[in-house]
Amino acid sequence: MKAKIHVTLKNGVLDPQGKAVGHALRALGFDQFGEVRQGKYIEIDINDMTENAARHYAEAMCDKLLANTVIEDFDVEIEP
Amino acid sequence: MKSAIIVFPGSNRDRDMIMALKTAVGRAPFQVWHGDTELPEVDLIVIPGGFSYGDYLRVGSMAAHSPIIREVRTHAEKGVHVLGICNGFQILTEADMLPGVLMRNSNLKFICKDVHLKVEQNKNPFLNKYDLFQVVRVPIAHRDGNYFADETTLDELEDGGRIALRYCGSDGDVNPAHNPNGSRRNIAGIFNKRGNILGMMPHPEDAVEGYFGGLGGKPLFEGLSSALGK
Repeated sequence: MKAKIHVTLKNGVLDPQGKAVGHALRALGFDQFGEVRQGKYIEIDINDMTENAARHYAEAMCDKLLANTVIEDFDVEIEP
Repeated sequence: MKSAIIVFPGSNRDRDMIMALKTAVGRAPFQVWHGDTELPEVDLIVIPGGFSYGDYLRVGSMAAHSPIIREVRTHAEKGVHVLGICNGFQILTEADMLPGVLMRNSNLKFICKDVHLKVEQNKNPFLNKYDLFQVVRVPIAHRDGNYFADETTLDELEDGGRIALRYCGSDGDVNPAHNPNGSRRNIAGIFNKRGNILGMMPHPEDAVEGYFGGLGGKPLFEGLSSALGK
């Protein structure tokens, strides 16, 4: 199965990259949107585990390395 | 003073640091490769600037989990002094040896220029050769030097006298106009609770020669040498 992990900046943490992307989109004529926040998407193949165990495993990976929880939140989705 | 410098793939200020230590202390540091698992007995460990592991995932995050950093942590817990410059500071925060995190500069640009720093705390081996609130000129060279921590952590740093250096004007004025990268409360360098670890974004090792880059960084090395030298 596959762990699909989104790592995003916490609410309240400034995201200058997202802001710059927003500016660029407006310069291209897109104007029907609000704030832009940029994050990371990580896919990890996990084998020989129940779905629940894989979720906990991926969450531990996020805590230890994939996200810096001082500034980032993460979200794990398991695709069977 | 005996010192060791940790070299990662992607470190690029290690040679500047070796020169600075040689110049100011009179003794070259041991060079320790990131894959090594043992450190020599030293008084000071330096983690230099650069782009360890290509800044993959987040700046400093890969290096923070390398075997040698475990060894650095063990030595720091025994009281050995640790100095992290630029990428070294980023690594120390990712390794949880210092609080907070260094984020992308608020203007998203790599900034390479001289800045003024205010010495906020001088009762420690790192900054004891500076006067309190002395204004020092040293260069910065980074893209991710925007220090962030939550308000509670920042208050703890302030109350514990753990803010080492702040960005300021040439007259010592600390205000947003003299903040090059968006750092919370103009923070350029901090100590751990015990006071034996200093992380800072600016490069004192590039300000130890009168004819190149000025002398703003030299007292840091001389201070360490006189405090830790045997």
